[in-house]
Amino acid sequence: MSHTANIAAPAHIHKDYNGAKTGMWLFLFTEVLLFGGLFLIYAVYRTAHPHDFAEAAKELNVVLGALNTAVLLTSSLTMALAIACIHRGKKSLSLTFLGITILCAFAFMVIKYIEWESKISHGLYPGSEYLMLHYSKGQRMFFGLYYCMTGLHAAHVIIGATVLIVMFYVTYQRPNEKHRWDVFGKDELNGCRVAILDKDGNEKWGSEIDESVKQVHLKMKYYSMPKRIKHEDYVSLENSGLYWHIVDVIWIFLFPLMYLIG
Amino acid sequence: MDHAEHHEEHPMIGYGTYISIWLALLILTALTVAIAGFDLGKYTTLVAMVVATVKTTLVGLYFMHLRYEPKVFHYMILVTFMIMVVIVIFTFIDGNRFSYLSHEVQAEVHH
Repeated sequence: MSHTANIAAPAHIHKDYNGAKTGMWLFLFTEVLLFGGLFLIYAVYRTAHPHDFAEAAKELNVVLGALNTAVLLTSSLTMALAIACIHRGKKSLSLTFLGITILCAFAFMVIKYIEWESKISHGLYPGSEYLMLHYSKGQRMFFGLYYCMTGLHAAHVIIGATVLIVMFYVTYQRPNEKHRWDVFGKDELNGCRVAILDKDGNEKWGSEIDESVKQVHLKMKYYSMPKRIKHEDYVSLENSGLYWHIVDVIWIFLFPLMYLIG
Repeated sequence: MDHAEHHEEHPMIGYGTYISIWLALLILTALTVAIAGFDLGKYTTLVAMVVATVKTTLVGLYFMHLRYEPKVFHYMILVTFMIMVVIVIFTFIDGNRFSYLSHEVQAEVHH
């Protein structure tokens, strides 16, 4: 008695695209509210010390801040392009754009380092003797918030870059899809046969599943054709992109509030 | 779920659209920096926030594909935004109570 088992090809495996997207957005909302709390503290203290904040903000380097804004906006563009390319089945172009995004993240961190380094070498950091002696309470508050908010943002850039590096590797590996079926301990599969048939129905290769078999593997090159690509196949890349864009959005607000109030 | 149905939900955005949005974002950034040069008094921050909100909307609608997502995502974002608005309003209703923050605390001893 022979049975033909229908093996679900990966294109038909149901992936909950909207579920994954909803989950990512809920996480992004917690991020927005995390920074929202800091923006609220900023608003309260700036209302209390408007002139001190304006004075202290003059110490920041507007050119470097604007440059970093441009770097992040560009990285957001290349991130969006990387996803657009993968939807069109252009993997190497997508990886190139993803690579540029990661490089932009590093460029951002280098510029951030230069900024912080010059401030810290001048003795401008929270709790420094210089700051406590020469600056008013409101100005000290400004620098405290500056380091907290840009620091937390920089941490998000580092996390985002790490996620993107992982996604680069995952996307690079992508055509080699492996599917595994556990057969060990499933008695009903005992004595079944796995085979590959050519167009005439002749068996090219085959093997019995006996008690010594643990798994059946199927390794495929699947997603190289644009027509086969569906959005749910790359939802993790899209979600990483969403994270990267929210990091950009936070900077869009940080930049004018920190650098441009002088 | 078949292919055609799926593509209706997620139309492909052209590369050109993304590049136009990026250029708009750069121009708006330049605008923010330029506006900061003028003294608009208390409106300086307001104008900067309006520009930042426009930039965020562009990033959200196109880079984050929100324009093509189901409406439920728009409502979720609206709820989050409203939570922030409520928090800010309730904090500032009490604004005169935190005016004490602006007084220097003399207990700190400095030379």
